[in-house]
Amino acid sequence: MKSDKSKLTFWLLLSPLILWLATLIILPHIGMFFVSLREKVGVREYETSFANYAVFFNEPLYWNTFARTAYMSIAATLLTLLIGFPIAYYIAKLTRGRTKTTLFLMCLIPFWVSELVRTFGWMILLRETGVISQVLQYAGLVNGPVEMLYNDAAIMTGLVYTSMLFMVVPLVTTLDSLDDSLIEAGYDLGGTSFSILREIVIPHAMPGIVSGCIVVFMLSLGNYLTPILLGGKDSLWFTGLIYSQFITRFNWELGSAFGFLLLGLSSLIVFLGLKLSGQSLSKTMAR
Amino acid sequence: MSSTPDLECRAISKSFKEFKAVRDVSFSVPQGTFFSILGPSGCGKTTLLRMIAGFQEPTSGDLLIKGRSMLDVAPNRRPVSMVFQHLALFPMMSIGANVGFGLRQRGVNKADIKKQVEAVLERVGLGGTSDRAVSSLSGGQKQRVAIARCMVLEPDVLLLDEPLGALDLKLREHMKIELKQLQSEFNTTFVYITHDQSEALVMSDQIAVMNHGVFEQVGTAKELYYEPKTAFVAGFVGEANRFHATVDSAKNGIVNLKTPEGKTLSGLDLGRGLTNGSKVDVFVRPEAVRLSRNAKDITKMGNTGKGTVENVLFNGANSQLILRDATNGAPLNVALPQTGEFRDLVVGDNVHFGWEPEQTRCFEHQGA
Repeated sequence: MKSDKSKLTFWLLLSPLILWLATLIILPHIGMFFVSLREKVGVREYETSFANYAVFFNEPLYWNTFARTAYMSIAATLLTLLIGFPIAYYIAKLTRGRTKTTLFLMCLIPFWVSELVRTFGWMILLRETGVISQVLQYAGLVNGPVEMLYNDAAIMTGLVYTSMLFMVVPLVTTLDSLDDSLIEAGYDLGGTSFSILREIVIPHAMPGIVSGCIVVFMLSLGNYLTPILLGGKDSLWFTGLIYSQFITRFNWELGSAFGFLLLGLSSLIVFLGLKLSGQSLSKTMAR
Repeated sequence: MSSTPDLECRAISKSFKEFKAVRDVSFSVPQGTFFSILGPSGCGKTTLLRMIAGFQEPTSGDLLIKGRSMLDVAPNRRPVSMVFQHLALFPMMSIGANVGFGLRQRGVNKADIKKQVEAVLERVGLGGTSDRAVSSLSGGQKQRVAIARCMVLEPDVLLLDEPLGALDLKLREHMKIELKQLQSEFNTTFVYITHDQSEALVMSDQIAVMNHGVFEQVGTAKELYYEPKTAFVAGFVGEANRFHATVDSAKNGIVNLKTPEGKTLSGLDLGRGLTNGSKVDVFVRPEAVRLSRNAKDITKMGNTGKGTVENVLFNGANSQLILRDATNGAPLNVALPQTGEFRDLVVGDNVHFGWEPEQTRCFEHQGA
């Protein structure tokens, strides 16, 4: 009787998760998958085939766009890591008490504003008539207005800015758990700052680095707003392609196929990244 | 043995804002000595150790290792190594990589590192374990790895920050002996800090008793135990009964005292020049007190009395009685003799006791 009761409790507690997974993630994806397998052969006439997937591999524009998106996302991830690591180290190891909370909160505050508004903020800074351009003109450093929007650097800035929190939070958590005496022991045994970073701090922070990188990479790859607004019409971001298939071209079949390709290919990149860094997903998530 | 001491501190001080953690501490440790700094928590001993290691900078004073001032030397360049309180072994590395860490930093070539690591692990009794993970070791083995990791660098001074604190009692007793053996084997100067007097007494050649940032007394374990120079040392090292009293008369080094309740005591004034009427703290060790069922046996002792057994704390060889003195009602701890003569004493029994004036240590009462 008692085990029946605890079983019931277990299933009741689990049911929201199962409902969420099934109705909001698994079912729509199954639907999308079937849509992606339909090939339009005439008006309201469909056949089951992989033709939509073949389009992606036969049209260089599509897979070039994907490669560019992946490459830019990887670059954004590495840049975020490079900028985020010192910040996280500073917050976790060199501050305590109130300062720590304040700094942590300062990383969080930009996220109280909608992503759209934040991105427009960057546009105000970077556009031809924007703040930076005018300051440069006022200072006499440039003769005419400078356009800093609508290029890859602007996209990169936006991506790094949007993702920073998702890198800093897991890093702070893992670095926080690093015992200060390990670092002191490293110095005591004759280590230099660099060798301690390489042999003690980074190996310890590896789970945080990996989970931060996965999240940032996935967010960048799937980001739509930032590349479109900061990169303009020619930003060539893969999510932009998916959007235009669904909304502009009413080609839901190809759009769904692109969606699944994005899922599959990004998973493959994450898998390769884990293999290259010698980490495993379960090890990272368990920490 | 060279004449320059391995470690020398000259009037070293450390202040944190208003708080003076270490005040004008001077001492020197000759080569090959097991030197302990014993003190209650918060007495400044950890600060002192961290200054020697280089993690904290002294506010004033000088610190010399083998005659060379270390003030401008960074911790990673000092010829000292430290065994941390929780050992601080690197969990991301194998045992061999842990021990070889320091050698790798020095740029020793791989084959030599391997040889030296294996040799030092052999010496601490952990040969052949270098590929295993740190987490596979027991507490005592981790301790030995932590020492091996330092000793492989052949430091001039090894600092130990209460490394036995995290171990259970049995293992701690065992490690005390082992540490002492390792120290004499490596013949390296050890500076060991602890709040546990038995660790300090068992292992050390020299002990410094520290309190409120100053060294109260430096000496061998025996000196501290039998000839404490201050009231703090008398109370902190070993157990002692403590009374307050006033000097009644002082003559030829013997002082006669009176407790507030009117009991008279006599003790030795060890050249501290106590005068009539000065307030003193009196310390008597439990094992200095003789018990007797019969008042005649102890009448010749300078201090006698009669008391009621209030409690019997049986603990094998360390058994004690708590007596309530019949005259002044003060509790008195008495070590139970090992002869078994008093094994039938029970609560409520009356017994005579006495101790020699030589066993009574009087110190001028400090403060209010």
